[in-house]
Amino acid sequence: MHSEVNDKAAGTRHFDWAGIFVNLLLPLSGMLIALLIGAVMLLILKVNPLEAYAELVKGAFGSVSGITQTLVKATPLLLVGLGICIAFRASVINIGGEGQIIAGAIAATWWPLTFRTWPGWILLPSTLIVGFAAGALWGFIPGILKARLKVNEILSTVMMNAIALQTMNLLIRSVLMDPAGISAGTYLAQSERLPEQVWLARLVPQTLLHAGSLIAVALAVIVYIFLWRTTLGYRIRAVGFNPEAARFSGINVPFNQALALTLAGGFSGIAGAIEVLGVQHRLLEGITGGYGFSGIVAALFGGLHPLGAIPASVLFGALLVGGDSMQRAVQVPKSLIDTILGLVVLFVVGSALWTRRWSARRQMAAMKKGGEQA
Amino acid sequence: MSELLQASVIIGILTSAIRLATPYLYAAIGETFAQSSGVLNLGVDGIMLISAFASFYVVLHTGNIWLGLLAAILVGLLMGLLMSFISVTLKAEQGISGIGLYMFGLGLSSLLFKTMIGTVKTVTGFQAVKIPLLGDIPVVGQIFFNHSLLVYGAFLLVPIAWWVLEKTTWGLKIKSVGQNPAAADSLGVNVDLVRYVSVCLGAILAGIAGASLSISLLNLFQDNLTAGQGFIAVALVYFGGWRPVGILWGAMLFSTVNAFQLWVQVLGVNIPSDVAIMLPYLLTIAALAFTTNRGRQPAALNKPFERGES
Repeated sequence: MHSEVNDKAAGTRHFDWAGIFVNLLLPLSGMLIALLIGAVMLLILKVNPLEAYAELVKGAFGSVSGITQTLVKATPLLLVGLGICIAFRASVINIGGEGQIIAGAIAATWWPLTFRTWPGWILLPSTLIVGFAAGALWGFIPGILKARLKVNEILSTVMMNAIALQTMNLLIRSVLMDPAGISAGTYLAQSERLPEQVWLARLVPQTLLHAGSLIAVALAVIVYIFLWRTTLGYRIRAVGFNPEAARFSGINVPFNQALALTLAGGFSGIAGAIEVLGVQHRLLEGITGGYGFSGIVAALFGGLHPLGAIPASVLFGALLVGGDSMQRAVQVPKSLIDTILGLVVLFVVGSALWTRRWSARRQMAAMKKGGEQA
Repeated sequence: MSELLQASVIIGILTSAIRLATPYLYAAIGETFAQSSGVLNLGVDGIMLISAFASFYVVLHTGNIWLGLLAAILVGLLMGLLMSFISVTLKAEQGISGIGLYMFGLGLSSLLFKTMIGTVKTVTGFQAVKIPLLGDIPVVGQIFFNHSLLVYGAFLLVPIAWWVLEKTTWGLKIKSVGQNPAAADSLGVNVDLVRYVSVCLGAILAGIAGASLSISLLNLFQDNLTAGQGFIAVALVYFGGWRPVGILWGAMLFSTVNAFQLWVQVLGVNIPSDVAIMLPYLLTIAALAFTTNRGRQPAALNKPFERGES
C-alpha cells in the first residue's frame, strides 16, 4: 500500500532534525488553517473568534484545574495514539479505537468488582492487564479476519465499534448495573463504583490528574523502543514500508499486520481501563469520550511517532478541554472542535504529498552528491 | 415469537425493509462509482449527515421538498469536491482522508443543528405515492408500490448504475482508471478527471441518501442521525462485489434484518434492544468474512495515481 504511512516508516534515522522540522511545520500549518476555518464559522455564528479562542486557551491552560484537565484528556489520546502508531506503521488502518476502549473499560470494571477483596497492589496491575487483554482481543478479531480471510480492517473495526457499544449498553443495564441504583429505583445505566484500592492515585490533590498519565508516557517510551529497537518492531515497520519486499525477505505479512492490530487494540484497551480506574471509577455511557477517533488525529499529528504523539496528545487534550470552556463562555457547541479535528486530519494527510516530494528531492540530492564524490 | 409470524407483521417487515433499503442503495451505489474508479471514500457517513441536515433545514424553512433535495445534492457535491481534492489532487491516504471527512461531517452537522435548530423538530417530507394499478394488487402492492419517490428512485438507480458502468464509454473509463490507471493514462484518459467525476457523483448520491433519511423516511434531524449507515453502505460495496445488483441484494438483506429488529422492539418481543441493534453489524462482519467477491475488487482501489510511478 502506497501511503505517507510507509514514507514515514522509511526514516531509519529517526532523529533527523530537518525531517522533524518539516514534519512539524506541515501539521502545524494544517492546524492553523483548520483554526482559521473555525474562526470563519464562528463569525458566521456571530461569535467573536478572538474572544472564543481566548476562552479556549484560557480554559485549557489558564488555571491549575485547566492544565490538569488537559493532561487528563491527553492521557487516553496518547494511549490510543500509541496503538495507532503501531497499526498505521504496519499499513493497518485501525478505526476501532472506540470499541477497543469500551472492551478495555468493560473488562476493567468487571475484574475489580469480581475480585474486590484483593489488595490494591495486585488488583490494580491485574486490572490494567485485563483491560489490555480485552482491547487486544477486540483488535485481534479484525486482525485475524484480515490475515485469514482478507476482510478489510477499516470496515470490520467500524463494525466492532458498534458491537462493543451495544454490548456495553446491554451490560450496564443488566448484570453490571449498579445495585444501589436498582434498590433506590433509579435504574441508572451505570455500573457499581469500583473498590477504592483499585483507583489510580491522584498526582495533584483537588484535581483529576491521576497516575495514568505517567503510565501513558512510560508506555510511549516502551512503544518507541519496541518499534525501533526490537526485531518484532522492525518487522512491523517493514511490513508497512513495503509489504512486497517484506514478504520476499521472509516476513509473514498477514501475521505481523494481525499482531499490529492486536497491539493497537491493547493500547486502546488500557486507555479504557485507565478512564475507568482514574477518572470515572465506574462504567457508564460515553466512557470513550470520542478518544478512539481523536486519538487517530493525535497520532497523525505526532508524525506516527510514539514520542511525537506525547506533545500532540497534550495539544488535542487542550483543544477538547478548551472546547468545553468555550461552550460555557460563548455558547458555541463543542461540536466546533470535532469539526476542526476533522479538518486537521484532512490537512495533515493532504500535506503528506509535500513531505513525500521533499524527502524524494533530498534523496536525489544526496545520491548526486555521493556520485560526484566517487 | 409467534406474533412475528402473523401475515400482517410479515407484510409490515417487508414494507419497512423496502423503505429502509433506500439510504443504503443510494450511498452504496454512489460508493461503487467512486471505488470503481479506484478511490475508497470512507467519508460517506459524514456526507450523509451534512446533506441530511441541509435538506432538513431547507424543508423546515421553505416547506419545499424539492429545494431540500437540491440542497442535499449541492452539499454532497461540495463534500465530493473536498474529498477528491484531498485524495486525487493531493494523493493522500484514502482511508484516513475519509475518516477526516467523516469527523468533519459529524462535527459540522451537529454544530449547525445545535446552533440553527436546537431541538428535534419534524417536517412534512416526501409522501408515499401509490402507483396506479400496481399499487392495488393485494399484499404485493402494499409492500412494493406504495412508497415515496425517493424510495422508487433508489431502486431505479440499480439498473441505471448497471447501464452506466457496463454499457457506456464513461463506465468503461471509470473501470479502466480503477483497474490500471497507468494504462488508461497512456491511452489518453484523464485519470484525475474521471476520479473527480466518480467521487463527486458518489458524494451526490450519498447526499441524496442523507436526504432520504431526513426528509423522507424519518422526517426529522438529530445528532448523528445516520448512526453509521454510511459505513455499512461502504461495506455493502464489498459485499455486492462492486456490482449494482449485488448491492441490491446486500441492501435488502440488511434492511430486512433492520426492519425485523425494529418490529421486534415495537412488538415488545423479549430480546434486549441492544442485541437487536447489534444484529446488522454482526451480519456485516459475517458477510465481509464469508463473501468471496474480492477477486472483483478494482486493482487500483485505495492507490493514489502519480504519473511516472510504477
